[in-house]
Amino acid sequence: MSDAFVRAYAGTGMLGSGFVPASLETALSWKPDFIACDGGSTDGGPSYLATGRSMFGAESTKRDLKALLAASRQAKIPLVIGSAGTGGGDRNLAWLRDLLLQAARELGVSFRLACISSQQTPDAVVAAWQAGRVTPLQPAPNIDEAAIRECDAIVGMMGTEPITAALEQGADVVLCGRASDAALFAAIPLLRGVSPGIAWHAAKVLECGAAAVTHRTTPDGMFATLERDAFTIAPPNPSYRCTPLSVAAHSLYENADPFKLREPPGVVDLTTSSYEAVDERTVRVTGTNFEPASRSTIKLEGAALTGYRSMVLGGIRDPFILRQLDDWLARVREAAATRIAASFPGMPYELVIRTYGRDGVMGAREPHREPAHEVLVAFEVTAADQESAHAMADDLRHIALHFPIPEWHGLITVLAHAHSPAVIDLGPSYRFVFHHVMTVDDLLEPFTLNFEMVNS
Amino acid sequence: MTLGRLAKLIRSKNAGPFVLTIDIMFDNPEAFEHVVASGIINKRLVAELYGLDEEAIDVYVVRAAYALKVSMPRPIPSGGISDSDIFGGQQYAPLVELEVPAWNEDDR
Repeated sequence: MSDAFVRAYAGTGMLGSGFVPASLETALSWKPDFIACDGGSTDGGPSYLATGRSMFGAESTKRDLKALLAASRQAKIPLVIGSAGTGGGDRNLAWLRDLLLQAARELGVSFRLACISSQQTPDAVVAAWQAGRVTPLQPAPNIDEAAIRECDAIVGMMGTEPITAALEQGADVVLCGRASDAALFAAIPLLRGVSPGIAWHAAKVLECGAAAVTHRTTPDGMFATLERDAFTIAPPNPSYRCTPLSVAAHSLYENADPFKLREPPGVVDLTTSSYEAVDERTVRVTGTNFEPASRSTIKLEGAALTGYRSMVLGGIRDPFILRQLDDWLARVREAAATRIAASFPGMPYELVIRTYGRDGVMGAREPHREPAHEVLVAFEVTAADQESAHAMADDLRHIALHFPIPEWHGLITVLAHAHSPAVIDLGPSYRFVFHHVMTVDDLLEPFTLNFEMVNS
Repeated sequence: MTLGRLAKLIRSKNAGPFVLTIDIMFDNPEAFEHVVASGIINKRLVAELYGLDEEAIDVYVVRAAYALKVSMPRPIPSGGISDSDIFGGQQYAPLVELEVPAWNEDDR
């Protein structure tokens, strides 16, 4: 058993979200074998992959990265960072590599770096699709060659294989493009002989940092000790604690199925997992199983431009208008369509109207249909280019501003704008193209490893 | 008694950009077992509240966590131009006001 014994530290739940510096110090005193941290997600929508920009700023990301790099060099243990720059595409990865090199210079540390690209070429994905090797998950949008080629970026989600390859080839620091969050934490335990169910289950808890404690007030780190068939987990922050309930409950977070967690090499099965308290803040987990997949697949993510969006925000307080809001909006929509068609004959566009204070959050699913005493209406026009969207939004804005109701006799002004100009350009809007997996011959092949020495 | 008063946490979130998942969690086995036994959280209810077919909905009972979980397709993928909740974080609201059959614990 002692040959399969690994200590793992998660710096925080997401690189850039911050952590308590003392927690990292405490974790180092517990002698981790490696530090890892997730840096990305699809949760914030498709724009981060499409544009290469990060959900957290450069300063926040570098602050966390620098502290974790310093700790990893001080303790001489690997640092693994996943899903670089939120989206995990090549531009996101290049951005994070730059921040890492800046941090290394500032710290005066030298190390062997591996950057793992997960970006897929449209040609490769089209070829896989034509060969029937791109298959939908549920529910999935329809795709065709044009949809694949429209993507601004396509990434495949790596498992442990490229990370393991980078470490075996001597990398001290591994920056991954898009990666399974858990793979960052499962790679080294699997190498050391921890059973797959336990390695992946511990990794699933670690990847969210302190999320599995009873009451998380601020983002922080999490520490796990893995044996072959069990792991214990505890937060280094003394004000946090893990209980059997809090760790069991974490399996629900962001997973559609709380018992079967799908990872690139197979399914982590928590049906028979058992959670017991070791002390008042440490939990021991056993009994998690792993079913290897019958074929090797990687999940695809792609983001494509939908159009450019411009928005008008207008508050409405008049009770006479609010009591006929749907009718008024329908008439505004019709009149605006006529005006826009006259200005932009034949040009396609889409108008979305949101009514905050009534059903802005839930739309048609909202059970309460009565508006509040005031409502914020958001009119959003999406068109092929920003200038057209802006001009269409101005056409609509002026129609809506003075659009009459039968109760008032004379010119009215309906929309209370808080901004001038009232039309706000939201820039490009993107969509997720895939909810698909791609069958591959092996789980290493779609990813590219680049090694370099960083000398400071 | 509403479900919101009985639960310690009701939350929703994306499980990827195409799936919405709702967690209903309790801090004690009595409240959890009461809600499970009452049968109020079921596919038909969720289908009605969220305008979906029952076949599209999964309901899970997670005893180790005193939790119920409901997963369903998102009506619009996260980030679609008419999507109103990119993270899916506020879509649990109709469940908060759901009436739970009589529950005899005076101090809650």
